[in-house]
Amino acid sequence: TVAAGVTVARCSPGGGAAGSRLPSPPRYLLCASGDFVKMYSVGTEETLRVMGGHGDLVTGIQLNPHNHMQLYSSSLDGTIKLWDFMDGIPIKTFAVGAKLLALYALASSEDSVFVVIPKSGERDTFQLVSVKLTKAAGQDLEAKELSVVLDGVDVSPKHTAFGREGEYVASVKEVNLQVYFFKQKQLNRFSVSAIKTKSGNNHFTCIACHPTEDCIATGHADGKIRLWRNFYHKKEYTFSTLHWHHDTVKDLAFSVEGDSLLSGGVESVLVLWHNESDCQKDFLPRLGSAIEYISMSSDGTLCCTLHTDNRITIINSNLRFSKSIQGLIKSTDIKTGLVVDPRTKALVLNGEPGHLQFYCLQSDQQLFSLDIVQRQYIHQAGLNQSDLVKVAFSSQGKWLATVEEREEVTDPELQLKLWFYDEETQSFKLNTRINTPHEDHITDLCFRDVDETEDDSLILVTAGRDCVFKVWVMVEDTDPEAQQSVSWSCDFVGSYHNYQATNCCFSEDGSLLAVSFEETVTVWDSITWELKCTFCHPPGKIRNICFGRLTCSKYLIGATDYGFLCCWNLLSCALEWSAHLNILVLQPDPLSEHIAAVSWLSKESSLFVFKPNEPRPIYIQRNLCKEKIQLAAFVPRDEPETIASEKYLWLRRSQLFFLTDTQELMTLSTKSLEERLTPSSKQLAVEESLPVTPFSLLLGKHRRQQSQEDIDLGKLALHNKHERDSPAVKELLHTPAHVLPSASFLCPIFINSLLISKENESAEEVADEVEMESEKTEGDSDEERDVTEMEQEDTSPVELLGEMTCKLSKSQEKELRKIRKMDYSWISAF
Amino acid sequence: MAAYKPVAVQAVPRLGEKITQDTVYWRGYKTPVQIKEFGAVNKIDFSPVPPYNYAVTASSRIHIYGRYSQEPIKTFSRFKDAAYCATYRDDGNLLVSGSEEGSIRLFDIGGRAPLRQFDGHTKAVHVVGFLSDKYRIFSGGDDYSSNLWDIPSATEIVSYSEHTDYVRCGCASKVNADVFVTGSYDHTVKLFDARTKSSVMTIEHGQPVESVLLFPSGGLLVSAGGRYVKVWDVLKGGQLLVSLKNHHKTVTCLCLNSSGQRLLSGSLDRHVKIYSTTSYKVVHSFNYATSILSLALSPEDETIVVGMTNGVLNVKHRKPEERKEKPQKKRQPAYRTYVKGRTYMPKQEDFCVSKPVKRVLRKYDKLLKSFQSSKALDAVLEPPIRLYTPEVTVAVMQELHRRGTLRSALAGRDEKQINLLLTFVARRVIEPRFTPVLVTVADMITDIYQPVVGQSAIVDRQFLRLQEAIGKEIDYQEELLEVLGMMDTLFATFTKKRATYLEENKSNGLTETTEQI
Repeated sequence: TVAAGVTVARCSPGGGAAGSRLPSPPRYLLCASGDFVKMYSVGTEETLRVMGGHGDLVTGIQLNPHNHMQLYSSSLDGTIKLWDFMDGIPIKTFAVGAKLLALYALASSEDSVFVVIPKSGERDTFQLVSVKLTKAAGQDLEAKELSVVLDGVDVSPKHTAFGREGEYVASVKEVNLQVYFFKQKQLNRFSVSAIKTKSGNNHFTCIACHPTEDCIATGHADGKIRLWRNFYHKKEYTFSTLHWHHDTVKDLAFSVEGDSLLSGGVESVLVLWHNESDCQKDFLPRLGSAIEYISMSSDGTLCCTLHTDNRITIINSNLRFSKSIQGLIKSTDIKTGLVVDPRTKALVLNGEPGHLQFYCLQSDQQLFSLDIVQRQYIHQAGLNQSDLVKVAFSSQGKWLATVEEREEVTDPELQLKLWFYDEETQSFKLNTRINTPHEDHITDLCFRDVDETEDDSLILVTAGRDCVFKVWVMVEDTDPEAQQSVSWSCDFVGSYHNYQATNCCFSEDGSLLAVSFEETVTVWDSITWELKCTFCHPPGKIRNICFGRLTCSKYLIGATDYGFLCCWNLLSCALEWSAHLNILVLQPDPLSEHIAAVSWLSKESSLFVFKPNEPRPIYIQRNLCKEKIQLAAFVPRDEPETIASEKYLWLRRSQLFFLTDTQELMTLSTKSLEERLTPSSKQLAVEESLPVTPFSLLLGKHRRQQSQEDIDLGKLALHNKHERDSPAVKELLHTPAHVLPSASFLCPIFINSLLISKENESAEEVADEVEMESEKTEGDSDEERDVTEMEQEDTSPVELLGEMTCKLSKSQEKELRKIRKMDYSWISAF
Repeated sequence: MAAYKPVAVQAVPRLGEKITQDTVYWRGYKTPVQIKEFGAVNKIDFSPVPPYNYAVTASSRIHIYGRYSQEPIKTFSRFKDAAYCATYRDDGNLLVSGSEEGSIRLFDIGGRAPLRQFDGHTKAVHVVGFLSDKYRIFSGGDDYSSNLWDIPSATEIVSYSEHTDYVRCGCASKVNADVFVTGSYDHTVKLFDARTKSSVMTIEHGQPVESVLLFPSGGLLVSAGGRYVKVWDVLKGGQLLVSLKNHHKTVTCLCLNSSGQRLLSGSLDRHVKIYSTTSYKVVHSFNYATSILSLALSPEDETIVVGMTNGVLNVKHRKPEERKEKPQKKRQPAYRTYVKGRTYMPKQEDFCVSKPVKRVLRKYDKLLKSFQSSKALDAVLEPPIRLYTPEVTVAVMQELHRRGTLRSALAGRDEKQINLLLTFVARRVIEPRFTPVLVTVADMITDIYQPVVGQSAIVDRQFLRLQEAIGKEIDYQEELLEVLGMMDTLFATFTKKRATYLEENKSNGLTETTEQI
């Protein structure tokens, strides 16, 4: 299929996770994430499967109580889907018609599930209804048989719970608790008197029912947990209170036997209450961020918590932290901007509070989290804690500069830290800490790092709201006998008419520094620190500045508050061109002269890509998305992509990523959706970890036989290939196992026998191979997978034949590769 | 799950001189002993054999001092005019000296009258010395010549007149008995080989050479003249290795320490600088009262003797090594119990179980971990922490403020505790590194305890002290600002005459000083 043009792809794994389920035995974790249901392996933390099919946010997932290999999911698009999550196939789709906001499945009700839907005709009232799922054949079914169970329930799935063996359903809303008994058809209402205290009101926030006893646990906004009993009496009901949380209880869960209760909230502490008593409790503190959901596996061995920062923590039954599954950590406010680490090509931004996360775009995984602030974060609302606000890397990734600040009424607590990359430990090490580098907030910082070998050229510039910019240089330690060590100190302080410095930026060769002071851009010589010239475009303060690169290095681009994009020529010191655009983001591509600008006009973001030497943009994408785009970054590609269309040539060397207001990470892709989905190679992993049941044993025997045959075949092929030259393998395969030496002894021999001996290859081939290896980038698992696939294909005879016929000679192949590698982007310049 | 992060106590770099191994070593001398001589001390030489007596040449006398004696133990005074450069032979038995009248005299340490007298120089002889074969003497005189003498026959062996000005310094090689160097006021250092008829090497120093020194290895030569100390590689034909310009007046004397790792230079600018001979950077320096003419170090660096232009001899003895009396040893487990199992290398099939390392938290960290703010504050207000590491106390206060519990931690204290708190605050609030935090603390204390003011005389007194401390600090800052204003006007007039980049440098320096204030 031909690429259908550029599509905006969402990269963020997040979206409101609407709950997670751990099947039994807990090998997989199922989690509703945005429009998808994701399946993770508990053992390896890998994403095994992404089940897509819903047209809107997935609001609830429930394991089918009658078949533990199946899963129900409900969505805002009005459908309930039944999945076989082992194979990732939707079995049935039931169209309900109304928006589904929560889903419950019970073991006692054979063919119906319960959902929360909005009450027709009334706004903001919702009802719990049972939906009869017809057993009719076919994939897409209508499920219109609805019967209302409870009226006036709350939207949140945490506000309704079903009691033991499905005898009753309890739902909370504001200060009211209602319990409905199915058999007696009796509805009991209870309420707590509304109290408002300093810490908040005592509204209900969540509910959980005891699995074996008649007991309901409710969580409240003031941090109390109430345990209700005797609630079949309207008057003589009792409740006891457990109080530890100082803020809202976000979720509750009973253990499988019901002897303990788990609760979690904003404090990010998981509390285990034993025997429902106030004095016996265990804690699992410092889980990273506020707990949103708690879920227990059905055999009670594992428990998992979902956090507000887009992370899942798996916890052992003895309350020990076991694993965490995380993608891009959601931070409350991304102040650092999107920065690309030159070393790993990872996206660097605020992670956990006070941490810097290195997020790998290829694998959608967090590479590591660097603790910058190095202080205990207190999870409490209304606290003023220091956070990371600015980050800059030197061009080789050898130095990292970070700014952290704590907002204070009188004077902000500022720290500038410089980190050195330690090759030995493979992480950044703190080199210098500067307290209050500026009197006021630091608005921007950048490195000058021209020469790769010399450290002398390394300069850091910080611009502050205290009307100065400061130049920091490395100084060597004066003690000659001590080990050579460097630290940073201030070298120069520049200012311009007492205006606040807002942006700073070095030209590509490092000879010029541009600093914007409110309405004026000043250009400084970076050797003598002389003011060279100034530019301004009144009215309107300068929002962004950047220098052109490569062929356009004589231009300086600036965007102003009043919606102008200006391009100044540095040689003639005159305005070259300007455009009337409300530019929010200005991002130059580090590998080409292209500059991407994102504008915000009448509630939509548009993208303009241009070269500074011509005022007409190369590429325009209107209505990129509805949200405001906050940040953008060009991430260099490992290998230049072959792009057919001239329109997208600017995407050849690097990829453009955006981050929106709602913290969704997006990118521009030239490929269509199907192409982007990588072939799932994890089929095997699923197969291996099937639970052992009598049926599976029976089936497994058959399967195993089959696979045995397959393996034998493979072996034969392998055997044939290597028979001549590897007596070692022969020996290995034909000697009885009990006389063989230990595997560790045999392993090198076996591996050596598999290696292709070098003498057989011509010199040219070897050269080719070397070239290929150099092209390959390290840690690219996709490619490796491809390679293994190709090897497998080699063994099949048919493929061999095909390959023989269309094989090109080595020299031809080399020629072709050369052509592909050539850079044709210069053509477009004409 | 992250572990608890202890409170970060901010270390502040110590201002001023850095303590290095060298400074510790060179500071290990007692207060100097001053001995008055009759005239400027032009040479000090240590006997190479114990008990390391030293010969001091000043005016027309040569005094021999014992190691700790304040009075000379022997005097050679048979000179009509000034004596110069009394030098010991390697065995410490003979002493040779030049004189103003041009004769060179050889003394026996035991006797009084000279054993030999070498006449030949027509003018004053400022430098004499033994060659390393012990039987010959070299000399340099104001008649521009450098001579070589035979001791047994008291005759001149050879005379080189290659210098074109006074020869004022010289040094014999320790590895070759035929080689010696002389430095002259004609800006050159010449290397002579007794076997040849002329000099073998000439090194152009650039200034009148006041002192030369050959390294014990014989490969490096150090010359001092003018403000420069220069190091030359003799084996590479006199290539300049490094030129040191750390003095601001003429360097008059050079000396190596006993290990050969440090080079000392004395100068008319009253300083003795000590250089590392590996990096040639100054590692330490001594100050003296007047200009220095001569300098010597005893073997093992036991004594530093410096002679001045005003005739004062400054003697510094090394402090005796402090023997640390080890306290009565507690019976400890045998060495084997420590090493037991430490060296065990896991075999291939072994299953390794790692034991988690237990982290030890300080008391206040433990309390902070369990959110006990008041107790944590109590813990850091205990005497050792409060008195010796106030930065810990302040760091915990800052942490409490960050957590929003500082007010409740400060509240509810009795008279004694408030007294303690206020004493601490009043004493430390003027320290710049603590000011931001302690001002907040002081503010809160006044807020909280305002209603009870007047109930306790002790607390009231502390409040007054606090007020006094802050008032003083404000006055001080005002004065500083005034000075700064004056300096600004000075700089403004100054920069008008200079180039622009100078101005920027100045303004930079200025802001840095203000930061430190």
